[in-house]
Amino acid sequence: MGAIEVERVVKRHGTVEALRGVSLSVERGELFGVIGPDGAGKTTLFRLLATLTTADSGRALVEGLDAAREYRRIRPRVGYMPGRFSLYPDLTVEENLRLFATVFHATVEENYALVKDIYEPLHPFRRRRAAALSGGMKQKLALCCTLIHEPSVLLLDEPTTGVDPVSREDLWDILCRLKQRGITIMVSTPYMDEAKLCDRVALMQEGRFLDVATPREIVARHGRTTWAARSDKMSRLLVDLRANPAVECCFAFGDAHHATPRAGASIARLRSDMEVAGHREVDIREIEPGIEDCFIRVAGHS
Amino acid sequence: MNVITTESLTKRFGSFTAVDRVSFEVRRGEIFGFLGANGAGKTTAMRVLCGLSKPTSGKVIVAGHDVAAHPERVKRRVGYMSQRFSLYEELKVWENIRLYAGVYGMRPAEIARKCDALLRELHFEEGRDKLVRSLPTGWKQKLAFSVAIFHEPEIVFLDEPTGGVDPVARRQFWELIYRTADRGVTVFVTTHYMDEAEYCDRVSIMVDGRIAALDSPRNLKERFSAGSMDEVFRKLARPT
Repeated sequence: MGAIEVERVVKRHGTVEALRGVSLSVERGELFGVIGPDGAGKTTLFRLLATLTTADSGRALVEGLDAAREYRRIRPRVGYMPGRFSLYPDLTVEENLRLFATVFHATVEENYALVKDIYEPLHPFRRRRAAALSGGMKQKLALCCTLIHEPSVLLLDEPTTGVDPVSREDLWDILCRLKQRGITIMVSTPYMDEAKLCDRVALMQEGRFLDVATPREIVARHGRTTWAARSDKMSRLLVDLRANPAVECCFAFGDAHHATPRAGASIARLRSDMEVAGHREVDIREIEPGIEDCFIRVAGHS
Repeated sequence: MNVITTESLTKRFGSFTAVDRVSFEVRRGEIFGFLGANGAGKTTAMRVLCGLSKPTSGKVIVAGHDVAAHPERVKRRVGYMSQRFSLYEELKVWENIRLYAGVYGMRPAEIARKCDALLRELHFEEGRDKLVRSLPTGWKQKLAFSVAIFHEPEIVFLDEPTGGVDPVARRQFWELIYRTADRGVTVFVTTHYMDEAEYCDRVSIMVDGRIAALDSPRNLKERFSAGSMDEVFRKLARPT
């Protein structure tokens, strides 16, 4: 029995089917990622496992306990961090932490070791109101409050949204350390570089799982030949590549555009097409696709 | 031609200096990326530039007006999309557009005409009567952006417009930014996605209330011998 078991769960919001019969098994101590476009049903899945909503049919088990019937026994074992900032803005950093410990009949002192690494940088600000914290500090405090009652399962809904690259790296170091303590972690993220750090990833869309696999397997299954293209006129290059018959689809990817070529297309031919169209310093080369390429291919084609 | 000029812009809250003697210019029509770690002072500086908050000291000229002396004149010429709140969730799409346009003093007939044109351009005519609350994040952000530029400002300030937006939706959002910049509107944008920093004409990186670097992405990467903007950011923002 895994730490989280979801069996053919259906959940409707009015006429919208948020979850359309999803099944899933997450191992104890696994770092499990959930990715998918807005409205895919990720938050509904988290709320269901946090026992804040119930399934219309099917069932969900957390550490062997039924989410609908045994929610009182599940809640002390689960730490849920909602996507929206949910601490008390008028309480100080310290007061928030104490409040969340007290709600679960725990004390900050007995579980301090769990949150020490995350809380220490917040310590100088402990008398500051939560509302006055920066985005990165708010998320670190929220994670402390989620951990302070020593849960064995963490449900983190986009914990790094609005967090800068350096603080994101810090938060993920923390998640990896919590995993080493044997804590099961389910986390959703809009950052595909974070999905790469998970043991397995569920690719979700329109209330279903399109695939559940290791990041490496996801790329192997959903990745296509990918060409990275650059020129001296990048925004025009995107338009010109999309209009070219050799290109099936093309998206901006930071300092290059990533194009999926049609069968039989050649780099040399495409390069000369772009030069004829007035581009200079044209550079097109084949690269290994990443998870973000797969996500866009799958989600962008629906 | 500069559309924003700051000289020693400083903003203090009590004994805390959020923005510390910052001087820079933004050129008309460019996409200017305003990066920095959480708490570096980005939102504070942006609120000063929009006329929402008075600088403690320093000179700030936005769209030809001094923000300290004439914040109302500045506000009429800029659009602002805030990080947290920008649309009324309990109002319909068209009601939000009408409300904001009215606040900016546009006439009802003009609002009605432009509202239809906007929804057509976004391919969102069927969304007209939907409650904003019911829209996916990506759509809310596109709508919030369109509302921020509805009164045809010279500059639009976007505070983390793609935070929490999925990879496909945030690319669509950037295509909207490009179209707006092509029409001559200056775009001033913050983001934590470093691939998006690459789409800007110039980028500044704020560290502890000061601008640590400002240049085109290409020049910044060269100067810091970095392969990506992500690496440039880490070199500047990670205390060693």
